[in-house]
Amino acid sequence: MDAKIVIDNVRKSFNALPVVGGVDLAIGEGEFVAIVGPSGCGKSTLMKMIAGFEHPDSGAVRLDGKPHLKPSPKAIVISQHGSVFPWLTVQENLMFGLNGDGHGDKAALADHYAEMVGLKGFENAYPHQLSGGMLKRVEIARALVVKPEVLFMDEPFSALDALMNLRMRNELLRILGEERHTVVLITHDVDEALYLADRIMVLSPRPTTIQASFAVRHPHPRRLADPELQQMKDEILAQLGL
Amino acid sequence: MRFKNVLYPLPVVAILLATWWLAVDLSHSLIFPTPLAVLRGTLELARDGTLWLHIGASLLRVATGFMLAVVAGVPMGLWMGRVDTVYRTLNPIFQMLRPISPIAWIPVTILWFGVGNMSPVFLIFIAAVFPLIVQTSAGVHTIEKRYLRAAENFGVSRSVLLRQVIVPAVLPEIIVGMRIGLGVAWLVVVAAEMIAPVSGLGYLIIDSRNSGSRYDLVIGVMIIIGLIGLLLDGLMRRLEGMKTVRWRYGR
Repeated sequence: MDAKIVIDNVRKSFNALPVVGGVDLAIGEGEFVAIVGPSGCGKSTLMKMIAGFEHPDSGAVRLDGKPHLKPSPKAIVISQHGSVFPWLTVQENLMFGLNGDGHGDKAALADHYAEMVGLKGFENAYPHQLSGGMLKRVEIARALVVKPEVLFMDEPFSALDALMNLRMRNELLRILGEERHTVVLITHDVDEALYLADRIMVLSPRPTTIQASFAVRHPHPRRLADPELQQMKDEILAQLGL
Repeated sequence: MRFKNVLYPLPVVAILLATWWLAVDLSHSLIFPTPLAVLRGTLELARDGTLWLHIGASLLRVATGFMLAVVAGVPMGLWMGRVDTVYRTLNPIFQMLRPISPIAWIPVTILWFGVGNMSPVFLIFIAAVFPLIVQTSAGVHTIEKRYLRAAENFGVSRSVLLRQVIVPAVLPEIIVGMRIGLGVAWLVVVAAEMIAPVSGLGYLIIDSRNSGSRYDLVIGVMIIIGLIGLLLDGLMRRLEGMKTVRWRYGR
């Protein structure tokens, strides 16, 4: 009852090729869980099932104890290539998920989050006028505007250059410091997982299952050069066969 | 840039005009006019107002037929793009109707609509509607999945999905369809006016020939048809500069 998200023995095959082979995981309210695994191991399929875009062949995903059968604004997905609408301005993108309420409210909310992620002054720009890092900010702000309880991040920063990747990690931590969300991060970047997550789950190759789990108790901001974190990184890489 | 667009073809136009003039002069043709005669004849038409009357008539027919095609073709294309059964049912039919030249429709059009204004309008509609349907439905099919997923994730209503995702995503394709459609419509209106009505640029060409072999007017009107076609395409190109479609055509 206390877990926010429960993944209960989820399995999925494509054309008799088993991709996800029985994943069990409980994620607490406000917890940041990173799932790392080798490329092509079924990470993204697992994410789609957790987010409700695909259905498991067997097993179930529960959000707040209720079956999570289809995508909802309670849990917003942020993915590698992003889905900021190129035909809407930054502000229109931010207000996209807001239904009903008076227009004044919407604009104020969009404003608040534009400010929070550092998009002030770019409200009327179109996405093609922005850099990759700015686009990520738009995407994150657009998600936060609808007050989701969960963020599903599928390699959110892997399309960015290395410096922007590091900067966005810190930005994400700062934002989560202001508004605590439950986060599930899927990544192949062990450093990223160590820097951000409370708990790291290592996936096995296909058909994927959870092969090992690590709790990271270091306070933020973390130094990746810390011997304990280095030790943990070696163990995770060993689990991944490196 | 703009300046060069005009400057570069200018010498070619001059050479063409000179060749034309020389050819008429050397052959001592009694019927084929010189460029000067064409200019004189056309100015005369412009001065007494008939030219503007016929240009107006043609443009009005094109505008009516083209608007009807947009109003019918775009929603049809959106519907076909979104609903697979509709696409499977109707696409083969439209694909079969599309290659039939609008000219081939002229006999049945006259049978159905007579020789009034409705006939050319219907022919223009036939000419413009298929490119619009095809481009729009193809546009819907090429919307990237990630955008539809995001809309699904935010749980927006169908009307928001249509207004803020589907239509703007397809708009660049719709504009391409409109450009093609309007181009074909302008080709067709001239042909249609040669067959039935008693006004329009197509009629003016046929009438100039029939009433006293005024080839100066025939050629003058041909050139005007070309210029108006160019203008219409330029107008459609302006749509490609709209801010909401700039993402598709590059900066």
